Amino acid sequence: MSEQHKPNIKAYLFVFGALAVLTVVTVSVSHLRLPIGLAVFCGMLIAAVKAGLVAAFFMHLKGERALIFGVLGLTLLFLAILFVIPATDSVATAAKRAQAAAALSPSAVPAEHH
Amino acid sequence: MTTATLDSEVTSTGIPNGKLGTWLFLASEIMLFATIFTTYIVLRMGAPSWPVGWEVLNVPLATLNTFVLISSSVTIVLAHAMAAEGENEFLFRFFMCVTVFLAFAFLGIKTLEYSAKFQHGHYPSTSIFYAVYFTATGLHALHVIVGIIWNVGITLMSYGQWKDPKFAGRVEYAGLYWHFVDIVWIFLFPALYLL
Repeated sequence: MSEQHKPNIKAYLFVFGALAVLTVVTVSVSHLRLPIGLAVFCGMLIAAVKAGLVAAFFMHLKGERALIFGVLGLTLLFLAILFVIPATDSVATAAKRAQAAAALSPSAVPAEHH
Repeated sequence: MTTATLDSEVTSTGIPNGKLGTWLFLASEIMLFATIFTTYIVLRMGAPSWPVGWEVLNVPLATLNTFVLISSSVTIVLAHAMAAEGENEFLFRFFMCVTVFLAFAFLGIKTLEYSAKFQHGHYPSTSIFYAVYFTATGLHALHVIVGIIWNVGITLMSYGQWKDPKFAGRVEYAGLYWHFVDIVWIFLFPALYLL
């Protein structure tokens, strides 16, 4: 067992406390009924912090060798590509759909039905 | 190699092969769950309407399950600490048994949640929302089952391999997988239940 991976029970218990508090925070934030964009941002930000704590302390990524970070970095790059391309397409399609709906709204086509 | 501990195992990468292999496996698992999340995003953005998670799903039960899983992450890392120190075999087994118990508790709570959905006539075929919900949580539950098998296996192995210098490494790899299962739930919980 390398020096940086020596078990630190106090740190584990501190992280457990932080995870519990953050779980309560994320549920509390959902009760604020924020606009969907802000709600997604807050929910995913808190989840990312929780995941970071688990990875850094419980999975011992803190002080891990560069090769492991290389593997994870490459994975996260492909993960970002996998998220960004479909999301960009979905946003563009949603915008087009909204434009089409606006063009077909009753105020835009007043004499459609008699 | 015969007397070396896992972390001092001589490999060309400087990392024990088991640990590197586990991380590569987890990288593939990240991509597996990423496809589920991408599908969820695309289907939700393309849907004319989408139910809000907290209106149709049981948030208190899912919150309880979140506490159960993060508790099990702590107990398995404490079990690894016992194995790494190599002194308290009893406490190692105690923490592993608690981890497995919590994993069963997670599945039990999930079963309650699914039963309520089925009783109300909500199945994967009911709507795209329920298709995503059952696929994502079902795939995660399958990973919990694999984790139970892995953790029970490691606990049983401790009876013959406690003094093996490689044993602590094996516990660490089981722990890495179990923490990954926890991280997946950490993202699934807000994505499905709170948004």
